[in-house]
Amino acid sequence: MGVGHAHALYVHEHSPIHDLAPETKVAAVLLFVLSVAVTPGQAVWAFALYTTIAVGVLWLSRIPLRFLTLRLAGILPFILFAFFIPFIGSGERIDFLWFTVSVDGAWAAWGIVAKATLGATASILLVATTEVPGILRGLAKLKVPVIVVTIAGFMIRYLELIVDEVQRMRQAMASRAYEPRWMGHVRPIATGAGSLFIRSYERGERVHSAMVSRGYDGTMPVLSDVRLSGLDWAKALGLPLMAAIAATVALVVG
Amino acid sequence: MTFPALEVTGLEFFYPDGRHALAGVDLSIAAGERVALLGPNGAGKTTLALHLNGIYRPHAGKVVVGGVEVDDHTLASIRRRVGMVFQDPNDQLFMPTVGEDVAFGPANLGLKGEHLDEKVELALGMVGAANLSSRVPHHLSGGEKRLAAIATVLAMEPEVVVLDEPGSGLDPAGRRELISTLAGLEVTLIVITHDLPLALELCPRSVIMDGGRVVADTSTRGLLSDPDLLARHRLETPFGFEMADPLDQ
Repeated sequence: MGVGHAHALYVHEHSPIHDLAPETKVAAVLLFVLSVAVTPGQAVWAFALYTTIAVGVLWLSRIPLRFLTLRLAGILPFILFAFFIPFIGSGERIDFLWFTVSVDGAWAAWGIVAKATLGATASILLVATTEVPGILRGLAKLKVPVIVVTIAGFMIRYLELIVDEVQRMRQAMASRAYEPRWMGHVRPIATGAGSLFIRSYERGERVHSAMVSRGYDGTMPVLSDVRLSGLDWAKALGLPLMAAIAATVALVVG
Repeated sequence: MTFPALEVTGLEFFYPDGRHALAGVDLSIAAGERVALLGPNGAGKTTLALHLNGIYRPHAGKVVVGGVEVDDHTLASIRRRVGMVFQDPNDQLFMPTVGEDVAFGPANLGLKGEHLDEKVELALGMVGAANLSSRVPHHLSGGEKRLAAIATVLAMEPEVVVLDEPGSGLDPAGRRELISTLAGLEVTLIVITHDLPLALELCPRSVIMDGGRVVADTSTRGLLSDPDLLARHRLETPFGFEMADPLDQ
């Protein structure tokens, strides 16, 4: 297969996680991320449970750990920011190595790092095990407004074409010895962006003509009406439900 | 009484910038005919095509499809009956997968479930592209995209199919597949092209447009043996091209 897959974010594998219905996976990730987000940082035991769940799903999905860690690099900027909070936080301070750090700040930093890592891991696992069309169908079945799903679909569909166009434009500029060095050279980039906008707009018009030609009347048709069984939902939602219960307990007990 | 598949009379159209793109086009095409629409760039070929299923509306004259005039009330049925394959398949394939794209038209017509799946399978089968159903459009080759784009239109079961430059950007093998696919379709075919050998192979009849008018309407074979007529309208056969003499065969 290989060429059939859309995205660098997708890992082609056969696993129980890949086989779950897309909408159940989207719902599961949403539930898991929500549970993680509302859990107070002090409930370290809950985070240990979330990590166990995430590691379990990672193992089941056969996604290489290396793939996950590389993708996780995307949240580094947030983590770096969190690193400063203990030093600038207010309230009670304690000695830590050669520094004094704020206790509240340290908990806040821990919360950000733990929640960001777990949340990002869940989303990475979702897109690594579900192809883009599946995620879009999943969102539609979860009753996300059709217009939002359609816009997302078109964006993904045409993004690569627009990137190609930018690439060609840059090559055309470079072929004629355009090497931007200082502000005075910025003009061609600005006009390039302008013409890119016009081209994309015109493409939009042509796509609309193509849609209208095939009977589009302003509402996207429903293409698939596969009904899922309770078991399909149970398979996907089991683990995130555990997370949700943990989050509730952590919130109540404090 | 049988109606022509397509009847265009006195069609005029101005673009918003005032350009007189169509200056009185008259054209009648019988059901089942295959007609090549030739002419230089800017002759009005694509503009005419966009009138045939009511995307553009004429400023004068009319378009009648199988006895039904194109107007606001008939638009939906006209668009089912006249399929339009656009020049750039990327404009035509806008759904996440080829299968969903082919399903888009019939689903708009109200088809659902198994009937819809059957229709998609049938349409992809007609262009020999059944294996493309779950593929993502931007990973297809140029030839595959073109075939998929044609399938999206065939799924609507049109009576007339209009193709704008179907052979452009295809390698010779892709072009060959396209020609044999189109030759096997049982519909009225209008092919806009600059590729005269393709026109000769597919379409017994050719219409030349220039300056927003039909300037010649003749047999493709006769046209290709008239270099003066071709040259007057910026057309030419490829270097070294020779038509096989029908008497030799």
